[in-house]
Amino acid sequence: MTTSFNLNGKQVTVKAEPDTPLLWVIRDEIGLTGTKFGCGMALCGACTVQLDGAPIRSCQTPVSAAAGKKVATVESLSKDNSHPLQKAWIAHDVPQCGYCQSGQLMSAAALLRTNKNPSDADIENAMSGNICRCGTYNRIRAAIKSAAAEMRKA
Amino acid sequence: MTTTRRDFLKVTAVVGGGLTLGVSLPGAVSDAQAAGTLYTPNAWVHIADDNTITLISARSEMGQGVYTSMPMLIAEELNVDIRKVKVEIAPVGEVYTNTLLGGQLTGGSTSVREGWEKLRVAGAQVRTMLVNAAADKWQVSADKLRVADGKVIGPGGRKATYGELADAASKLPVPKDVVLKEPKDFKIVGKATKRLDTPPKVNGTAVYGIDVKLPGMVYASLEQCPVIGGKVTGFDAAKAKAMPGVIDVVQIRDGVAVVADSYWHAKKAREALTVTWDEGPVAKIDNASMMEGIRNAKDAPTPIKKTGDADAAMKTAAKTMQAEYWSPLLAHATMEPQNFTADYKNGKCLVVGPAQFQQGTQGNVAAALGIKPEDVTVKTTFLGGGFGRRLEYDFAVQAAEISKAVGKPVKLLWSREDDTTHDFYRPMALHRMTGGLDASGKPVALTFQLTSQSVTQRAFGLPKGTLDPFMSEASVVGYDIPNMTQELIEHDSGLRVGYWRSVSHALNAFANESFIDEMAAAAGKDPYQYRLSLLDKQPRYANVLKIAATRAGWGKPLPAGHSRGIALMEGYDTYMAQVAEISVKDNEITVHKIWVVADLGRMVNPDTVEAQLESSIAFGLSSTLGAEITLDKGRVQQSNFHDYPVIRMSQMPRIDVTLVKSTEKPGGIGEPATALVGPAVANALFAATGKRVRKIPLSPDNIKSA
Repeated sequence: MTTSFNLNGKQVTVKAEPDTPLLWVIRDEIGLTGTKFGCGMALCGACTVQLDGAPIRSCQTPVSAAAGKKVATVESLSKDNSHPLQKAWIAHDVPQCGYCQSGQLMSAAALLRTNKNPSDADIENAMSGNICRCGTYNRIRAAIKSAAAEMRKA
Repeated sequence: MTTTRRDFLKVTAVVGGGLTLGVSLPGAVSDAQAAGTLYTPNAWVHIADDNTITLISARSEMGQGVYTSMPMLIAEELNVDIRKVKVEIAPVGEVYTNTLLGGQLTGGSTSVREGWEKLRVAGAQVRTMLVNAAADKWQVSADKLRVADGKVIGPGGRKATYGELADAASKLPVPKDVVLKEPKDFKIVGKATKRLDTPPKVNGTAVYGIDVKLPGMVYASLEQCPVIGGKVTGFDAAKAKAMPGVIDVVQIRDGVAVVADSYWHAKKAREALTVTWDEGPVAKIDNASMMEGIRNAKDAPTPIKKTGDADAAMKTAAKTMQAEYWSPLLAHATMEPQNFTADYKNGKCLVVGPAQFQQGTQGNVAAALGIKPEDVTVKTTFLGGGFGRRLEYDFAVQAAEISKAVGKPVKLLWSREDDTTHDFYRPMALHRMTGGLDASGKPVALTFQLTSQSVTQRAFGLPKGTLDPFMSEASVVGYDIPNMTQELIEHDSGLRVGYWRSVSHALNAFANESFIDEMAAAAGKDPYQYRLSLLDKQPRYANVLKIAATRAGWGKPLPAGHSRGIALMEGYDTYMAQVAEISVKDNEITVHKIWVVADLGRMVNPDTVEAQLESSIAFGLSSTLGAEITLDKGRVQQSNFHDYPVIRMSQMPRIDVTLVKSTEKPGGIGEPATALVGPAVANALFAATGKRVRKIPLSPDNIKSA
């Protein structure tokens, strides 16, 4: 029994049992470790990836749910940090320990896909599932606004 | 007689291993050896002949920015562009000892304070060696040479890169006396500098402990006794062994480990294990019995400080008052659950992961395996949060034991539930405060008595009855009160406890800064003016307090339903004031804004300082508003973020930071703001409701029952 899906633009086929959380397939079987494990219960958002563009918690999503779909992880933004969100994260020096930031970025990227000019309330809504124990929230909010502004110009 | 931190850690920390330079880290953490022939003029600088310069950070990067600030100090004197250097986290070595703490560890907001001179000297030594090498090569006097941007420049426009000079320089003796720059000439130190670890942290390439991969590595999930300290009496692994991917099931000291070809397989099979336990003595304790034990503790008090005669002054005071304050057990809840990767082979062991205490990790892994410390190699990855949890090494020892048992490299990963229920908790604390006021309301006497558990007795073998300096922090207020007594009752509640960001500052500042507020209220005075009137002899305290009040518009009208609270503290040689603006609805607090003013002397990276203040406030707010650990039959009742809630973006206040320009020696900044936000909010709660809540967290339940 294998499962096939598109990961960051590339077709992959994995052997994991269908009920294996997508998180562990991405991390352990495929070996892409940018996506992090935080709680295993969809409470913290560290494992956020996009499934067909929507932010999901990969720790609670069985790999079978990804079959035939498009999965995007933090590695999909860019390798050279050229994505507007990555640039904004660097400009505001958002990360501290950095562990939650892959999930933060993927939630933010999903927000900006549908909302090019998010208000504070929009941002807080979209980001409320992502915990940052270092408390970088104010910088995340500012960086999302900077990235949105850049994307509106583009 | 007070034991200094330096002294007791020196004698009790497990120390081992010689200097092993050139050990590099996997993945994104730089690999100095890849850069051609490598020269190492001293323990802090590698220069490759292709001019790649690698600076060593001997402190663990857990968010606080040392991956940037430590190299900045070296680079300042070495005269290299901080944007062009590589950074490597140090291996275990005596030279990397934190002299403020007596071991190779990261904690106590010491990194900049400890490295401030030492790392600049290290940079200046190498610069001097490079200049001397150029002087020899060109047969000119060293004083005719200067350095700029990684080059030595001589008369007539002669130039040599550090890489070209590294071979010769590394053969020269390390100079003992070097001349350091005047602070006015600093080009790097004190300038806001972009963090060097941000780029790998925004594209998924930063390597944390959980990301380590060794060839042939397998994965482990460990079943530990639900009661901390309990021991395995038997287990049935038949079902677990039949599950997909399972390689082995092994018993180690702390429990039963399932080893499999993936974490998920290991975790699933662990659920099929049956283990029986001897739960041990902790099974007999719960929250109520711990509180009762603390309240009735008969342990002899240890004096902290005595000023004047508080007892006599209390008798003649016009008004006396007393109050008790409680602080709960807390978990660290690092975002990255505890983990470590170990590879035991032929009497030697490699352990790789997120460590705050490299020597402790090395020594204790060695002891557990029955090998010598020098046969244990410790490599430190990025840490997905530390906050004191990773000063412990239980998870590293477990990984090493499992690797030895299965004869393979093993990555041990705890679940969030493992992490929440098997922490080393911040100890529960009771403060008994008494105060005496004269007829004008001025305080004439203050007594402070803390009853809590010593972390240092467990962690570093501090003898009972010796004052634990990590319990008395911020216990002595800066206010001019002529008669004061501070004392400590060290009472062991039976549960294992650990250092938690800001350690006893948070406990003591909550009691002290709540109680001074109560005294102001009893005197009928404004809490800001009351504090200020007691600070005539304390200019640094008074200054931060005044700035905070001014910035926050103290005394000016607020939006309807909003209130302010103020708090003041010195901790880690940093003077700090905070003002909190809050509102309360249905006993639930919303924190709108925090003004924080810090005088921490000289700074290395002011932007990191601001980030640490924001971070510390968020961290302190989680425990102020709701997160709390409770115990029932020795079992921790919380398990994950649903019942141990840490603040989310919608709860994050706006933060207004003011950094005082100062030429004082550097103070620590990773922790003090965590301690001060609690009392600032508690005082604002009193201003809003007239209710004095003396129990953390300031949760709806505790507010309601106050």
